[in-house]
Amino acid sequence: MAALKFSKLHWAFFKTLVFILCLLPFLSITWDAFNDLLGADPIQRLHFRTGDWTLRFLLISLTMTPLRRVFKSSFPIRFRRMLGLFCFFYASLHLLVWLVLDQSLSLDNMLDDVPESPYIILGLLAYILLLPLAVTSNLASMRLLGAKWQSLHRLVYLIALLGLVHFFWLTKLDNTEPLIYTFVSVVLLAFRWPYFKRFWGSK
Amino acid sequence: MLIRKKSQLVDNDVTPKQDYENSRALISASRRHFLAQSSTAMLAAGLAPATLWAGDKISDYLPSKSALRSELTPYEYVTTYNNFYEFGTAKGDPVVRAHTLKTKPWSVSVEGEVTKPGVYDLEDILKRQQLEERIYRLRCVEAWSMVVPWIGFSLASLIKQFEPTSKAKFIEFTTLYDPEQMPGQRSGSLKWPYVEALRMDEAMNPLSFMATGLYGELMPNQNGAPLRLVVPWKYGFKSIKSIVKIRFSETMPSTSWNQIASREYGFYANVNPQVPHPRWSQRRERVIGASLFSPKRDTEMFNGYADEVAHLYKGMNLNKFF
Repeated sequence: MAALKFSKLHWAFFKTLVFILCLLPFLSITWDAFNDLLGADPIQRLHFRTGDWTLRFLLISLTMTPLRRVFKSSFPIRFRRMLGLFCFFYASLHLLVWLVLDQSLSLDNMLDDVPESPYIILGLLAYILLLPLAVTSNLASMRLLGAKWQSLHRLVYLIALLGLVHFFWLTKLDNTEPLIYTFVSVVLLAFRWPYFKRFWGSK
Repeated sequence: MLIRKKSQLVDNDVTPKQDYENSRALISASRRHFLAQSSTAMLAAGLAPATLWAGDKISDYLPSKSALRSELTPYEYVTTYNNFYEFGTAKGDPVVRAHTLKTKPWSVSVEGEVTKPGVYDLEDILKRQQLEERIYRLRCVEAWSMVVPWIGFSLASLIKQFEPTSKAKFIEFTTLYDPEQMPGQRSGSLKWPYVEALRMDEAMNPLSFMATGLYGELMPNQNGAPLRLVVPWKYGFKSIKSIVKIRFSETMPSTSWNQIASREYGFYANVNPQVPHPRWSQRRERVIGASLFSPKRDTEMFNGYADEVAHLYKGMNLNKFF
């Protein structure tokens, strides 16, 4: 696989294709929202669908590095940034649903709800940590930050953890779904074991 | 990695909102439309189509004069958005799976501190009751609410039928336990059978209601056929479904949700916007069937029934006895 060579046109095609694929959940959610197809509890349905896709894109973007290792090809890495930005995109939609539909943009509502709902605090925290990663995802920032860039972007492991706890905390009883996401996360983070060993070892 | 939600099937399949102020004809027409739609979807999903609704009309009942009639939640949502873990934990599970529940014949065992214990046939119980309609708001602990036109009779009139003794301080209700009929009971999500209970004075309050139907017809299985409790000032999980046993006791019974998470689900479970669930705020509720952009509803103390029930809790610290 490593021997494959692609032209600029090939890459443009691959990237466009992946971009459109990543946009499909958004199009489906939007279609359902504007055609009254979100069911009995539309706000919650939007929360779940945007939240699910945030976590999925987070995990998909975390899959690229292991894939590089397994296939000994840099091909997957070329999509990592786009996938990470889609995670940010769906997280932003998730936050927007909360701000506009759930809280009606009312600061009073938020001041009532946030202190009483620990899972919201975790979700907001995860989003705040996601912001610098989105902002520094461009090539210029990578050059500017140098080695620090990688350290900064390792925040994604913490964000994944916060996202998972957020999911568990809002789940009433049936933990099947958050457990599936946790299982996948553990597998993906296991690939980073040498890093974690160094990280904890240096303390 | 991409996980598909079971519940999406039913959610996306719901018939658009109708005008429920209109005649029964419209309601049953839209129901047929919905039934047709959802059976097709279920066939496509490889699920056996079965009787989704009891469908039998209840002819003789006193209609309610409640002003809440203008806020009724569409029939489609009342009968497809259900928490009934005996048939699965997703909201759309009960409507698809509850057809396995056999509601005829049905009997209720009456036990404990009572002068007339015994096993009562539901038919015999109903013969002694005048059915009436009650339109109540149902507030779920998950911060959503719906307005349902129940049909049934007051719990107090049923209790009087059994003549509890002076020792009866609590009344405990038990749901049917039969994993053959209730496949959700094969999973250990809750301890089966489901048990709920009220203090006797709560049970004797005129608002406490035993429902055998909704929207003018026999109770659909997924809503707790053939006999369920409705206590409108408490979170929905108190309103136990498919009751087979009523026991009167001197001591406070242990109830299902309270058993698995007593910090989250109190025995009283009175609707109270001032007392947050440990994991989420209870100040506002999403109105089932409302448009996406309509703001949430402010949750009312005792779900709006404070005038009728607040006196039951006089002097009690409701933050402690939540």
